[in-house]
Amino acid sequence: MGQLCTFYLDGSRFCIDVAMVQEVLKPQPMTEVPLASARIQGLINLRGRIVSAINLRKCFGMDPGGTDSRDMNVVVRVGESVVSLIVDQIGDVVEVDEQQFERVPDTLNAKFCDLVQQICKLPNDLLLVLDPARVVAGME
Amino acid sequence: MEQQDEADEIVQEFLTESFEGLDQLDRELVELEEGGEPTSRLASIFRTIHSMKGTAGFLGYERLEKVAHAGETLLAKLRDGKLTLNKPIADSLLQMVDAVRDLLTQVQESGAETGGDFDQLVERLLALAEGKAVDAKPAAATPAAVMPAVKPELIEELVPDGLLPRATTSAPVPTPVQSQPAEPKPSELKPSEPKAPAGRTAPAVIEASVRVDVGLLDRLMNLVGELVLARNQLLTFAAGADDPSFLAATQAINHITSELQEGIMKTRMQPIGSIWGRLPRVVRDLASELGKQIKLDTSGAETELDRTIIEAIRDPLTHILRNAADHGVEMPDDRVAKGKPSQGTIRLRAYHESGKVNVEVSDDGAGINVDRIRERAIERGIITRDAAKLMNDSKLAGLIFEPGFSTAQQVTNVSGRGVGMDVVKTNIERIGGRAEVLPGEGGGTTVRLKIPLTLAIVSALIVNASNQRFAIPQVNLVELVWLDPNQMATQVDEVRGEYLYRLRGNLIPLVHLGRVLNLPSVERDPALGMHILVLQADGRRFGLVVDDVLDNEEIVVKPLGPELKSLRVYAGATIRGDGRVALILDVLGLAHEAHVVLESQLRGRDALRRTTGPTTAARESVLLCRAQQERVAIPLHMVTRLEEIDQHVVERAAGAEVVQYHGEIMPLVRLGKLLGQDVTAGHGPIQVVVYSEEESSVGLVVDEVEDIIDEEGMSVRKGKPGSLFDSAVVRGKVTDLLDLRALADAGAETPFAAVGSF
Repeated sequence: MGQLCTFYLDGSRFCIDVAMVQEVLKPQPMTEVPLASARIQGLINLRGRIVSAINLRKCFGMDPGGTDSRDMNVVVRVGESVVSLIVDQIGDVVEVDEQQFERVPDTLNAKFCDLVQQICKLPNDLLLVLDPARVVAGME
Repeated sequence: MEQQDEADEIVQEFLTESFEGLDQLDRELVELEEGGEPTSRLASIFRTIHSMKGTAGFLGYERLEKVAHAGETLLAKLRDGKLTLNKPIADSLLQMVDAVRDLLTQVQESGAETGGDFDQLVERLLALAEGKAVDAKPAAATPAAVMPAVKPELIEELVPDGLLPRATTSAPVPTPVQSQPAEPKPSELKPSEPKAPAGRTAPAVIEASVRVDVGLLDRLMNLVGELVLARNQLLTFAAGADDPSFLAATQAINHITSELQEGIMKTRMQPIGSIWGRLPRVVRDLASELGKQIKLDTSGAETELDRTIIEAIRDPLTHILRNAADHGVEMPDDRVAKGKPSQGTIRLRAYHESGKVNVEVSDDGAGINVDRIRERAIERGIITRDAAKLMNDSKLAGLIFEPGFSTAQQVTNVSGRGVGMDVVKTNIERIGGRAEVLPGEGGGTTVRLKIPLTLAIVSALIVNASNQRFAIPQVNLVELVWLDPNQMATQVDEVRGEYLYRLRGNLIPLVHLGRVLNLPSVERDPALGMHILVLQADGRRFGLVVDDVLDNEEIVVKPLGPELKSLRVYAGATIRGDGRVALILDVLGLAHEAHVVLESQLRGRDALRRTTGPTTAARESVLLCRAQQERVAIPLHMVTRLEEIDQHVVERAAGAEVVQYHGEIMPLVRLGKLLGQDVTAGHGPIQVVVYSEEESSVGLVVDEVEDIIDEEGMSVRKGKPGSLFDSAVVRGKVTDLLDLRALADAGAETPFAAVGSF
């Protein structure tokens, strides 16, 4: 699988395949979208392109952002569309290989199972592998 | 290597021109068959085929050359008057066009002629040229007839239609080697014809236009869009600057940008006729397939639209046309039996109307059978029987746009599979247009598409609601109203939680933007008055209340991601001068969201029914109405709506006045009549207080709706049994209190009798 971009969300460590990440941005001016799902945090101006920002905490049913949330934008490409995933903090990029992946155990809550299909074992940590395509599919 | 490129270029040029020429051939042959002016048309058709043959021969495409040659031989005989055009000849010529198109597609896709046996077609063309009668049957067996037609997209990619006058189809091409065989001098080509078409004798016209890659235009368009945004940003800066030379430069940039934008927009405009070229052929083929006789009339082909829009309406338009030919126009025998000419007519019309382009397809066929639509819709579960009762004819006709709907008795090859009209509607709405079906003049049917001129840049009003900025396209804006606190008190009324504004005597519903969008309400100084944007959606007006009206800006419309597509209240988003994103409101969606559009009125009415119970509060709101000098009060909970109705829609039934209201017949009662006054029906609009519930409804015609007032602990004295009036003290005066419900019930039990006729 190669490289994973890691990030933090409500204390848990997540990751996304680096190939899907277009860029990472500091907090951006956000335009709220009234009547939209609460998971849509708003719209950002990405060099002339309008991109929806998705609040991942809401997607996972977590607390809507605490003091540790810095609203970092992880801009990902899913098929034709580009969305920004709002996360608490950005971690480093880690190198992994096939053997480190495992299916998510059934004991994890249903919300995790839907958006996180795999788990990645690091020597002294576990990474929840987020599937951005499922996040976007869940919004439509 | 360079030589190879050059050869490729020649082939590309040849293909582009030939495909363009083929569309023209299709059209001209059909026109010719319909009795168009023969001499010049034949000459032009001959020329096109001739130059195609020449180039094909030069480039070594033997089959193509052979087919074109046979066609040319036949055309020469026609041109010289040795033969006259009849159906077998026209069919064979059209098949030749198909064969050429097929071969060209092969060349385009693989660089060579790859297949197809056209010998039979060639033989037939030559036999026809000899004047021999040819059995029409082999037509079906020829490869041309079974070959799939070239995909329209392919032609489109190659032909940036509308950019060039058609005359350039066979214009000299820049490569000298090619121009020789491809371009015989007009004099040797047709010595018998005295004058050549204008395009040829005036080379200056040809040189004045250039073929431009459409992709390049799109890129330029995007860049201009960005430039407009940058300009807007610059203007924001300039507003706070006082350096005169900086301001002057900003002004210059401002003007240049506007002109550039306009210019680039124009390059993308195409006459709508550019997609009409193939339609006569489509109709002709359809007609012969269906055994009908159909003529296609077009007008307004020069109406210009942005090319992205032209692209978007191509398929819907073709579909509507096929539908009209299949379902609309009757078989010749049926037509004659009805006293119509055996040949049906389909009219295709494009014209500008209030900043939009209307495209209409009308047929003079049997018209829409509303009863059949109703039955079919109920059968298919699209609507319930109860809902059908509430729908009027035009709404029923609109059901043909619902998915899964088709009234064709038989599934034909052409249409009737129940897909299509819903796709038409969706595609048209996607580009901000509307599709509607109307009964045509003289019994036929008209399908009208209302289409915006362009999508990319629109003029919009920036408004503020709860400290958030929104853009509203100017096209939807009828007028802008500001009411001071005094005017607010007199011109805005509340009826059952709905606010109504009296705009020069017309009542229009008010929609509060912040409330519709569920925005947090903000404290606002009442002295600031009220901003109302009078908007038009779906033929209905409503007033949008906003906190502030800021500016008028040219905005670049950007799409929202699929995750927000389900929100109909937004048409997109734009980036403002300060770099922030602002949402563009979709007026139609907004109207739906706020339940002010007709379609949702049924739903809105159901909701009203639930809430229209008597209020138990000690405070009673009453509506004060006047007929001549007499006032009556109506408890507000009995008022469903206030309407203004044109006198001319009032009809008479059983001696009483009635009006069609939401698909039902609603009796009208003049208040004056109830009060024993002499009533004469005047002209102009009438004010109607509507009460409607389950089975009964009534419209009370009053001279004026004066006010809505709250009476604390109103004391009511019951009237005599059977009387419609009670009395109550309103504003310290004894006033008649009208029981609208009793009035409606009286009307429902013994239609119109109890309320008297007049």
